[in-house]
Amino acid sequence: MDVSQYLEIFLDETNEHLQNLNTQILSLEQDPENMDTINEIFRAAHSLKGMAGTMGYKRMQTLTHDMENVFSEVRNGNIKVKADMIDVLFQCLDALEEYNTNIRESSDEGTNDNGALIKRLNDIMTGGSGAEEAPAAKEEPAGEAAAAKEETAASAGGGFHGVKLDENQQSVLSDAIKQNKKVYGLTVRVQESCILKAARAFLVFKAIEETSEIIVSDPSSQDIEDERFDQEFNLIIVSEADLDVVVTAAKGVSEIEDVTGSVLKLEDITGAATAEEEASGASEVSTEAPAQQEEAPVANEAPAAQPAEKQTQAPAAQTAPAAKKNTANKPVVNRTVRVDIEKLDTLMNLVSELIIAKNSLVSASAMSGNSSQAVNEQIEYLESVTTSLHESVMKVRMVPIESTVNKFPRMVRDLQKKLGKKMELYMSGEETELDRTVVDQIGDPLMHLLRNSADHGLESAAVRKERGKPEVGSIFLDAYQDGNNVVIEVRDDGNGIDTKAVKNKAIERGIITPEQGEAMSEKEIIDLLFNAGFSTAKVVSDVSGRGVGLDVVKSMIESLSGEVEVKSRLGEGSTWTIRLPLTLAIIQALMVEIGDEKYAIALGSIQTIEDILPSDVNLVQAKEVIQLRDLVIPLIRLNEILDIPSKKNPEDNLVVVVVKKGDKLAGLVVDELIGQQEIVIKSLGKYISKCKIISGATVLGDGEVALILDANALL
Amino acid sequence: MNDATSTYETNELRTVGETTQFIVIKLGEEQYGIDIKYIDNIVRMPHITRVPKVDEYLKGVINLRGEVIPVMSIRIKMGLEPDVETKSSRIIILKLEQQGTIGVIVDEVKEVVTLENDRIEKMAYDSKDERATFLSGVGKSDGGLISLLDLNAVVLDSSLT
Repeated sequence: MDVSQYLEIFLDETNEHLQNLNTQILSLEQDPENMDTINEIFRAAHSLKGMAGTMGYKRMQTLTHDMENVFSEVRNGNIKVKADMIDVLFQCLDALEEYNTNIRESSDEGTNDNGALIKRLNDIMTGGSGAEEAPAAKEEPAGEAAAAKEETAASAGGGFHGVKLDENQQSVLSDAIKQNKKVYGLTVRVQESCILKAARAFLVFKAIEETSEIIVSDPSSQDIEDERFDQEFNLIIVSEADLDVVVTAAKGVSEIEDVTGSVLKLEDITGAATAEEEASGASEVSTEAPAQQEEAPVANEAPAAQPAEKQTQAPAAQTAPAAKKNTANKPVVNRTVRVDIEKLDTLMNLVSELIIAKNSLVSASAMSGNSSQAVNEQIEYLESVTTSLHESVMKVRMVPIESTVNKFPRMVRDLQKKLGKKMELYMSGEETELDRTVVDQIGDPLMHLLRNSADHGLESAAVRKERGKPEVGSIFLDAYQDGNNVVIEVRDDGNGIDTKAVKNKAIERGIITPEQGEAMSEKEIIDLLFNAGFSTAKVVSDVSGRGVGLDVVKSMIESLSGEVEVKSRLGEGSTWTIRLPLTLAIIQALMVEIGDEKYAIALGSIQTIEDILPSDVNLVQAKEVIQLRDLVIPLIRLNEILDIPSKKNPEDNLVVVVVKKGDKLAGLVVDELIGQQEIVIKSLGKYISKCKIISGATVLGDGEVALILDANALL
Repeated sequence: MNDATSTYETNELRTVGETTQFIVIKLGEEQYGIDIKYIDNIVRMPHITRVPKVDEYLKGVINLRGEVIPVMSIRIKMGLEPDVETKSSRIIILKLEQQGTIGVIVDEVKEVVTLENDRIEKMAYDSKDERATFLSGVGKSDGGLISLLDLNAVVLDSSLT
């Protein structure tokens, strides 16, 4: 069967499951007894196995299968979660990740069998066995599993394939037998290659319901609908037709591998009920599948609520409330649609075009001069609609940074072992949203900063103790929205940046001369860290210093139109702040005029606009500065930088746009302010890429092109 | 936007068999031919937005149906007198594989000629004239000799060579 069309979905979902497993296993390490976590892990591993099997990735399937076995044993309380087990599980996840990467690149899982891992998993299993149920048999290929289940059920005293009956179902079945109706137990097996198991199961239900009533299904009908079953499910039905007829009807559904049935007698039914009582009474930690756990309390409530005569009613009435309850217990799933990011790009482009068209309409209407009130009102309406449209499309493209930062706790855990330091990662604001393309690309720089903090920032436990700090170092990752920007901070309470060491290193590397070093401020020295090929770690470790320096972090962030800065106090720690724009395509800008040319300055970088008397301009080191609320701000005369003759007289007041980049301020001198406008950023193309101070261009309402000044490059 | 576009964009104008079609343009007194397969569009002179701090021959950018497209002066690139904008000045929009879309300013667009390939002579490179490096050959048409522009050489970023 051709499964290539499902590959994309498979990869996406595998990623989600792996991420989920990572998170859950981490929390299991903290709280090894948490049943919810174990169940969640089991479910994720199970889905992974099923998906890998469907896609024909045998190695991946084998590994997940063995992992699932371990979880199954943990869930049954047969083995306890231990630290070394967690390590093995994490290694398994890494191996799975590797398979996934291989599949993404070559749609082949590769040839690594991970035999050693599988052996260790099995060791865990045997180490923890000694329980009643033979662990190996339990999750072996479904045929054997069924046999094993049957045995268990038989030993518990009858029933059908271990299907447990509650009082209600029992009485329905006994009544049916007393009325000379036949009760059958059916086992339906779906083909391994079947993709839509739930749909097939539904058809089987349909076929059977033509002749019979389905009293019990195991797993529950809700679970079957949600595809929460492996390859087969059991049904107990009441029918007036012969067994053959029912079995043939069920077999008639395509992709059903086999249907086996047997006639159930009264003892079977009552026997199963006793078994169920024993089972539920045996322990709080149930040995049943989660679905059955959920069903049990519901079933227990049911008889009390229902009058005796109603018990013989159609089974649908009984399964319905159970199903409802199940739905209520299920985790809330967002209603989502997966959309190719390219389609969203197209949509965004169209919105951009619309905004340009709107701007043209605005300026055309202003030009014609005799526009009526009605036209103006409609234009205002159009403006508000396009702005909301833009915002909505932007929101569609936004995803929480969660998907990227979720892997960091795991990474820090590994780093801790590798570096032999004690540390803890605290994250906040994972729900902060950013443009999808930015989220995809911010992972690496963040990872590098975290590694940097762990490796260079935090001291060893002994040193920390000496300095009166808690032995366990803390790394914080905080994300939050700040106006039109998203800020991500990586903070540690480590040693901070040793500016002397940095300076010496820079001189040693020939990046600066000793004289330059003398004249540099602390901040300038710290900025040297972003220089290409700078690494202060005295020993090149596995963690950092593999050639990817902070300069790469900086350039990656700048390629996303963001900026990064660092603050540090020796002995107290450092804070790395990344500031990213919410969107890259459409921005609010201030339009200014210099000479007879128009330029746009992104509103986000503008601090204030000032009217300055020429006499207030002072010279410091032959550079023009102004003093503003105790701050000395250097002036940049844009007309000089852009080679345009200014229209203004030297004695006129200066219009100064104060822009900010990190902590740095500068005053840009322009001729006139035109106003604020929503602009669509267009690239100048690679043909004109030499001009660093221009970050792009935009088409104005009158069809002219205006250039966008990059305030960051000017500073 | 303009009538020139509609005249030169008709579909009949294609390279047929052993012939190549050229658009004949004028720079000063001399006639040059541009292979029609590279031509996307011909537009009248719009407002050109100057881009600071770039090579002199890059005149700036224009808005072509919502796209921002760089415009260069062949005259300056070839070391001729700077362009003087007149009524007949046009911008020819070229679509090149490597450099993408770019506009070039010409004094005048004259006509479309179809040259049989055996009437095109490859350029003899003994010429000391600097301008010759921008030519791929010379075509003989009824209207006289046409210097055929080597567009890749014209558009090439000279600072990279």
